[in-house]
Amino acid sequence: MSTLKIGVYICHCGGNISHYVDVEEVRAAVAGEPGVVVAKTAMFTCSDATQQEIIADIREHNLEGLVVASCSPKLHLFTFRETARRAGLNPYQYTQVNLREQCSWAHRNNRRAATEKAVRLVRAGIARTNLTVPLEPFKIETVPAVLVVGAGVAGLRAAVGMADLGMNVYLLEKEAQPGGWVNRPGKMYPAGRVGKEIIAQLLAEVQERERITLFTGAEIVEKSGSVGNFQVKVRVGGRRRQEISLNVGAVIVATGFDVYRPAACEYGYGFTGVVTLPEYWDLLAAANGNLIYRRKEIKDVVYIYCVGSRQDPEKENAHSYCSRYCCSAAVYAALQTAEINPQIRQYHLYRDMRTYGKSELLFTRAREQGVRFLKFAGDNPPRVEEQAGGRLQVTVCDLLTYGEEVEIRADLVVLVTGMVPRENEQLVKVLKLPLGKDGFFNEIHPKLRPVETVVDGVFICGAAQGPKDYPESVASALAAVTQSAALLKKGYVELEPLVATVDPERCRWCGECAAVCPYAAIEKGQYLYRQVAWVNEAVCKGCGGCAPVCPGQAIDLRGYTDAQIKAMIDGLLKGGL
Amino acid sequence: MPAVGKENEGYVPEILVFSTNNVSDPGIDLAGGAHLPYSPAVKVISVPCSSGIRPQWVLYAIEKGFDGVFVAADGTDCAYRQDCVARTGKIVGEAQELLANHGHAPQRLKMAAICSVCAEQFTGYMKKFAEELQKLGPSRKGSL
Ligand SMILES: Cc1cc2nc3c(=O)[nH]c(=O)nc-3n(C[C@H](O)[C@H](O)[C@H](O)COP(=O)(O)OP(=O)(O)OC[C@H]3O[C@@H](n4cnc5c(N)ncnc54)[C@H](O)[C@@H]3O)c2cc1C
Ligand code: SF4
Repeated sequence: MSTLKIGVYICHCGGNISHYVDVEEVRAAVAGEPGVVVAKTAMFTCSDATQQEIIADIREHNLEGLVVASCSPKLHLFTFRETARRAGLNPYQYTQVNLREQCSWAHRNNRRAATEKAVRLVRAGIARTNLTVPLEPFKIETVPAVLVVGAGVAGLRAAVGMADLGMNVYLLEKEAQPGGWVNRPGKMYPAGRVGKEIIAQLLAEVQERERITLFTGAEIVEKSGSVGNFQVKVRVGGRRRQEISLNVGAVIVATGFDVYRPAACEYGYGFTGVVTLPEYWDLLAAANGNLIYRRKEIKDVVYIYCVGSRQDPEKENAHSYCSRYCCSAAVYAALQTAEINPQIRQYHLYRDMRTYGKSELLFTRAREQGVRFLKFAGDNPPRVEEQAGGRLQVTVCDLLTYGEEVEIRADLVVLVTGMVPRENEQLVKVLKLPLGKDGFFNEIHPKLRPVETVVDGVFICGAAQGPKDYPESVASALAAVTQSAALLKKGYVELEPLVATVDPERCRWCGECAAVCPYAAIEKGQYLYRQVAWVNEAVCKGCGGCAPVCPGQAIDLRGYTDAQIKAMIDGLLKGGL
Repeated sequence: MPAVGKENEGYVPEILVFSTNNVSDPGIDLAGGAHLPYSPAVKVISVPCSSGIRPQWVLYAIEKGFDGVFVAADGTDCAYRQDCVARTGKIVGEAQELLANHGHAPQRLKMAAICSVCAEQFTGYMKKFAEELQKLGPSRKGSL
């Protein structure tokens, strides 16, 4: 077996490792492993001093591989890759061995066994390193243009933001009219502005910017290329259907949500006088002095909260999440109702009042104005019945009065409907968008990377990602602007080279690998007049899912090759057990 | 053929865990971080996604001397692919068949989804798997 010249550093971690593992014994046991030229222990390998020492060793001994046995790679993989790079060693010839989280801390009461395990883990790391090759990240020049899909409040704001940062923007709206759910005549919390006016103002800003091209009746039909340089095909509707090709560096998806449609008979849905929140919202906007529904004046209104939200997670396709906007929107509707006619009696049947943040003040105001709030249990929801003469009766067990059963006669029942993911099968397919458990688009990390997806260069924002009100949608749109502009303004992107690679000698192009790749990264290529699989390295995400399906063992995942994994298994078992 | 130097009585099964960088590995790290003990005979090799594990590796590990292989799968948390559960399941099925074809008990391979905070579940699985392997006895080293 050919070997590399390798340096091995075993960390005490200030006692976190060395209290439970005899690091000196580990060092002695691995110093003679194939390829090992330097083997040392250190109190803190991540300290500046030790990193300097490692760099000096790499230079002095012309090391070709580096192993640090310390904490979890989650903490310091990139630290030591960078140390290697600074010393002139290829960062991908570095291996981190997890001696702390997966050895010393887990086996604190058995120093002998922990030490023995540590030796084996380090041997596996050395074996892997011997089989590494220098790799370079791929560099791709970025196109200074972005595609924004969906022209609701989030998409419109993102378009303006990107244009102001000097990017060309193609803004795509499926419907004939841009604006999404905000584009309605009703007033909206928090500021009481009319939705249509908010959209009109944003549209005016869009029109002012030459860099933005808005397509309506438009949908994306194809995407190829990779982060920094995508080719997309867009179908523009209207009378003259046509396809347009666009070249963009990033895509921002702002396709919003849908409102929950109650099932027939759910809380009396289908009876005259049982309406959803958006229907009531339009009714309020149309009110002129009195609140009229089907030519009848409304005197008693009952609201039922959480319809289509916070459903029992055991139920099939349950919407188990809270829709966030609806408590505030319903309370705000109460204030508007009271403004139209203070004589209207309002009963709000809620489960938990989630008028979070500043909306709490709306809740206080509503109570002060005599709006009645009753609280029901999730497993004991109100019942809506239709009585002779067409009046509605709602029965509820009110938890605020110790479970007293209350009967309320109503002219109108408003079902406070939640947000659900919008049907967008075609878009999901074309962009390979990841869906979360709840059906909304999924970010990489809810806290640290909230607008990025696993598809590099594709960002999500607004209610497409999960329930948000409009200020929150705008905030996330601007986060997507920052993230995508940061990507595009740098001028190039660097991609991890740990991707699938095909041995064309072994490949017979059966297509199995291409069929399992969720990113369409494998295409048909040519090798010596034969058809073979070809990996688009910029598109490959390095999951390795194609490797096991290749009948000819022609595919390997760099960094996790067949030879490396087997060498690691050998390293773990070496010397017998 | 009885394994040399291993008695059923008092033998500690050697378990190889295939775990994934972003999902199960943090879960296993957490077990250490929370000082939840498990057998030091458990060794982990991490890969990006459990759907990328080759059935051959499982056979190789068993033939070379591991008594059991545990696939700590991504489950539904996989960020790479939506069909990860089905894919990993298929690989495990194939690997079990491969084991059986080579005269090894397919129960030497186990799979369960381990999420990024599934520390207790992980140590629980290790304990249970070790007990099952104890009953099976040591693996027979092969000729690979
Ligand atoms: C009844 C009701 C009352 C509300 N009241 C308030 C309130 O008072 N205050 C408040 O802050 N929030 C309120 N909201 C919430 C608010 O409507 C949302 O926060 C906001 O609409 C989210 O904006 P968005 O751009 O993410 O999504 P949307 O408004 O849904 O816009 C998405 C846009 O994308 C388009 N689209 C979808 N798919 C595609 C595709 N494949 N290709 C191209 N285009 C596509 C859609 O046609 C739409 O124009 C209310 C919501 C409802 C339903
Ligand atoms: S915001 Fe209120 S009404 Fe809407 S789902 Fe959450 S708790 Fe229910």
